[in-house]
Amino acid sequence: MMNFLFGRKKSANNAKERLQLVLIHDRTDLTPAQLESLKDELIEIISHYVEIDTSAVTIKLAQDGREQRLLANIPLRSGGRRRGR
Amino acid sequence: MTAIVVTVTSGKGGVGKTTAVANIAMALALHGQKVTCIDGDIGLRNLDVILGLENRIVYDLVDVIEGRCRLRQAMIRDKRLPELYLIPAAQTRDKTAVSPSDMVRLCDELRTEVDWILIDSPAGIERGFKNAIAAADRVLVMTNPEVSAVRDADRVIGLLDADEKGPAALVINRLNPIMVRRGDMLSVEDVLDLLAVELVGVIPEDENVVVASNRGQPLVLEAKSKAGQAFQNIARRLLGENVPFLDLDSQNVFQRLLGRK
Repeated sequence: MMNFLFGRKKSANNAKERLQLVLIHDRTDLTPAQLESLKDELIEIISHYVEIDTSAVTIKLAQDGREQRLLANIPLRSGGRRRGR
Repeated sequence: MTAIVVTVTSGKGGVGKTTAVANIAMALALHGQKVTCIDGDIGLRNLDVILGLENRIVYDLVDVIEGRCRLRQAMIRDKRLPELYLIPAAQTRDKTAVSPSDMVRLCDELRTEVDWILIDSPAGIERGFKNAIAAADRVLVMTNPEVSAVRDADRVIGLLDADEKGPAALVINRLNPIMVRRGDMLSVEDVLDLLAVELVGVIPEDENVVVASNRGQPLVLEAKSKAGQAFQNIARRLLGENVPFLDLDSQNVFQRLLGRK
């Protein structure tokens, strides 16, 4: 009731969300900074082959049971293949 | 007889490993099983006081390993249940007095004599933990519904997998159903979502745990205690029974009458 009145999130939800992130990083031993540089390098390599929308690239770690998955979403620019050259 | 070796561990200290070992061991013995528990916390022994057997110690685990006594001489027989024994930890030594292969050898010798060997692991992930899991057939990881305990449990579960000691089974201790319903404590489902392991027990928070440790009389000896029942249920699950989890919903009589769910 108090939570409803003050629009505050229940602390258990807080705990769960924080743990979800912490556990993924503990399990993979990847820091958010490393993940960011992984993303930059990935963009660079893929750009050699296809034209991608670099601003829309997302890369994240997701949990599937006790397995971690690296999910990359890399939208291609319309046409996909580089023209010219 | 070929004993099953069960190690109780947690990563974080103070989540209730020793209490769990004492109670599960006693519950198994109450089911007519022959049980030996081993205190693996060398230098910080406590299983003896939780079981109320501290005045009977003559020899300890390190005495056996270093050949100062025979295994039988270090096994303290429980005063209430004749099929329950304790091998206490040494108090004046440290974890390096024992190696993982010492533990395997000791448990192999014990296996032919009892049905169950329960090992109380020290907190941490170093030598004492490695000693405690070396001989384990099954590992129970204990946690509380709190961020630090869950995080450490996850580390330990990962280490057990890497060491091919997994899959670990989880015991959630000190669950407060009122706080869970209020949204101020991680629920059993939350913890299982996060850790993704099999559950073998949920122990409600219970003041009687403190009373029991004051007296050196484990809770399972008292039929009324919810925590005691929960420990009994873990023992039955270890014995292969399919026991439903306790209904810990704390709705009081008025709420039930009002039909609130």
